[in-house]
Amino acid sequence: MVRLGAFLIGLFMAGWLMVSAGVTVFEMITEPAVETAEHKFHKHPKAVSFKHDGPFGKYDTAQLQRGYKVYAEVCAACHSLNQIAFRNLAEIGYNEDEVKAIAKAAQVPSINADTGEPATRPGIATDKLPSPYANETAARAANNNALPPDLSLMTKARHNGPAYVYSLLTGYQKVPADLPKENRPGQGLHYNPYFANLNIAMAAPLADGQVTFDDGSKNDLKSMAKDVSAFLTWTAEPKMTQRKATGWAALIFLIIFTGLTFLSYRQIWAGQKH
Amino acid sequence: MSVAWANEYKPQHPLMQWMDERLPIPRLMYNAIGGGYEVPRNFNWFYNFGVLAGVALMVQIITGIVLAMHYNSSIDGAFNSVEHIMRNVNGGWFLRYAHMNGASFFFIVVYIHIFRGLYYGSYKAPREMVWLLGVTIFLLMMATGFMGYVLPWGQMSFWGAQVITGFFSAIPVVGEPLRQWILGGFAPDQAALTRFFSLHYLLPFVILGVIILHVWALHIPGSGNPTGVPVKTKEDTLPFHPYYTSKDGVGLGVYLIAFVAVTFFAPNMLGHPDNYIVANPLSTPAHIVPEWYYWPFYAILRAFTVDFLFIPAKLLGVLAMFGSIALLFFLPWLDTSPVRSGNYRPLFKKFFWFGLVPSIVILGYCGVMPAEGIYILMSQIAAAYYFAHFLIILPIISRIEKTLPLPDSITEAVTGKPVLAVA
Amino acid sequence: MASDNQVVMDTESGVEDGVRRRDFIHIAALSFTGVGAAAVALPLVGQMGASADVLAQASIEVDVASIETGQAIKTMWRKQPVFIRNLTPAEIADASKVAVGTLRDPQSLADRTKPGKENWLVTLGVCTHLGCVPLGAASGEVKGEFGGYFCPCHGSHYDTAGRIRKGPAPLNLVVPEFAFLSDTLVKIG
Repeated sequence: MVRLGAFLIGLFMAGWLMVSAGVTVFEMITEPAVETAEHKFHKHPKAVSFKHDGPFGKYDTAQLQRGYKVYAEVCAACHSLNQIAFRNLAEIGYNEDEVKAIAKAAQVPSINADTGEPATRPGIATDKLPSPYANETAARAANNNALPPDLSLMTKARHNGPAYVYSLLTGYQKVPADLPKENRPGQGLHYNPYFANLNIAMAAPLADGQVTFDDGSKNDLKSMAKDVSAFLTWTAEPKMTQRKATGWAALIFLIIFTGLTFLSYRQIWAGQKH
Repeated sequence: MSVAWANEYKPQHPLMQWMDERLPIPRLMYNAIGGGYEVPRNFNWFYNFGVLAGVALMVQIITGIVLAMHYNSSIDGAFNSVEHIMRNVNGGWFLRYAHMNGASFFFIVVYIHIFRGLYYGSYKAPREMVWLLGVTIFLLMMATGFMGYVLPWGQMSFWGAQVITGFFSAIPVVGEPLRQWILGGFAPDQAALTRFFSLHYLLPFVILGVIILHVWALHIPGSGNPTGVPVKTKEDTLPFHPYYTSKDGVGLGVYLIAFVAVTFFAPNMLGHPDNYIVANPLSTPAHIVPEWYYWPFYAILRAFTVDFLFIPAKLLGVLAMFGSIALLFFLPWLDTSPVRSGNYRPLFKKFFWFGLVPSIVILGYCGVMPAEGIYILMSQIAAAYYFAHFLIILPIISRIEKTLPLPDSITEAVTGKPVLAVA
Repeated sequence: MASDNQVVMDTESGVEDGVRRRDFIHIAALSFTGVGAAAVALPLVGQMGASADVLAQASIEVDVASIETGQAIKTMWRKQPVFIRNLTPAEIADASKVAVGTLRDPQSLADRTKPGKENWLVTLGVCTHLGCVPLGAASGEVKGEFGGYFCPCHGSHYDTAGRIRKGPAPLNLVVPEFAFLSDTLVKIG
């Protein structure tokens, strides 16, 4: 009974799937898939390398500080970084007084003690970095109904994130002549082939020389884009250096452990054919 | 335990004797995984994966318990509490990455364990109950993994919950009410998140219980082996300890090396970037894909594109997806060949390596690709084979197949010399 | 114990190099297992300790410029109330004239304040009896018989230096570690 039932069910399942496959083939012939413009013009992120790449890579704190400066002077006008507190900046090499000063210069939301009205006060180290907008509605209203996303986890929220951010920032270009009409950027949109649907609401945010670094580091578009991508890699994965160091210790320990257990196993099994 | 010559537990130390007379846990352990369990001497390395699956479950339970100390199961707090674990909790990033990748490694180990069972006929008499309990564990794991993936409340969490619970709405009449009952609402929301957290905490302990039954059921007939020939004499076996404890130690080391390599150097490799975006009911990700261990089943779901008479394609897909696992429950009665091991079944072996394995790999590949054109076609053909393999091909080949001669005993297979019958 | 076994085994099996080497490998493998398990236990134990965001709030800075003489504020430090009180000259005089030796918990006002800043009394707002929050910091609250703080739970009276004078509490209100960063900025913790 079991086998008869199974046979009938199997015949139905396999048979109907083959019929469906026939339908699929028929549809593929009659309505061949047309490559969409999004697919044709979209580009994968550029190849870019960072000091923190690879199993031995460590964050370059000077680069992270430059990246923070780019974020603070440019990105922060529209993008929040709501997983990061001022105190976290100590991890990228700012000392206690510098962190305090950075926090103090920022205005964070608070409540007026007398009236209960929303107010602001100078920040302290334990405050999170303030958002540029009070809420999503305000953010959309100020940006032509586009929402500037929070950047804390951006490099983990996209495939090949650091390279994606770098490519997006440096990827603004002229609209190609052969781009179909319906894919051309509309009002308030900008052509960028690294963006999923080719047209992004953010205007090119960075330009050569826009931010000046105290140590005189290069401030052309590519260098700044790279610095801010590195900074956003840190905001998304602040424990990376620690993680890799622990990983090496664990790996070396386990390789020795496995070697010893293998020798022990060989001793125990010596003389036993198996 | 199952054989007459098994060593008996004889406690030497007075304390152990005292214990043995009152609560014989040491005796239980000795008979289960110690010198009292006589195991076939010819296990290959694939037989390590049962113990490894147990280790993987313990890793999940231990890391899970400590993560639950910091997790906040509210829809406004869940995502940030996971980031709090990653950023502020001492060693939290390690615990969370270990739990996240530990789930994937648990599935890797269990899939190898299942394939070993399929190839060596471990599901056959007298071990059907071991197999049935194993399939039950697999189903529980899938439910646990799904609910765990919802907990960080990222985009894939939310939309995964939306899609998976949507399966139930394909059931006629009761489907939609059932879905609302599961979610506690019309869409994934606070009620769903809280209950998924509760069940995600509970189910691993249920799995642990079923594992104990699984091992108990295994110890009644004793372990199978790569030849499929039953144990006949003492020469065929070795005590579990120290022989297989030491071998499992080596397996554990290799497993942990792989686990550590991924957890510390590519922790997000097996995850999806969209789950680092907080759940947003107003915006669907471009491609909703489940975790990799569900890809083959997801592909089967999507392979049904044509309605059959009055049965909508969606319902067929859901039935097929559950059916693809449910049919495993019947496997011991579908494959009636008296020969267990695939090594001595030339026809079975061909269908196994050139039919079943590629069809599942193709289904897995199609499960992650967009549901269009060639990927649908490939998954339809592979799914057709998958069902045909278990429901049609296996019953037929077990009748017509001319199997190879079996060795008289495990010892003969190992030493290459026939064992002289002792009168 | 291990060395005892070693001796016994060596004498039993004859002192062969091979035997000792084999034992060494098993012992080494087992030791590594133990060390590994202990290493894994560290983060499992450590995760229960205070997390980085909690530790970051272990010390706070309070601007006291707006507290006028005779007023007090309540603030939160390590999830506990802290009273910061700007004592009037009369209150200082009151507190100073008490003979320290007669007190239940003998401390002078100077012991409890910073030199030159005797008017700034910083104490935890936690009664040393059973942990209630005493009254007296906010305007209009009962200050007790000694003009300092009064705990309504079991009737402990604290004086203007926050010292226990009457009632069941055994000790003075705790003065946390604090320092003046400037004339008006107090760092607590």
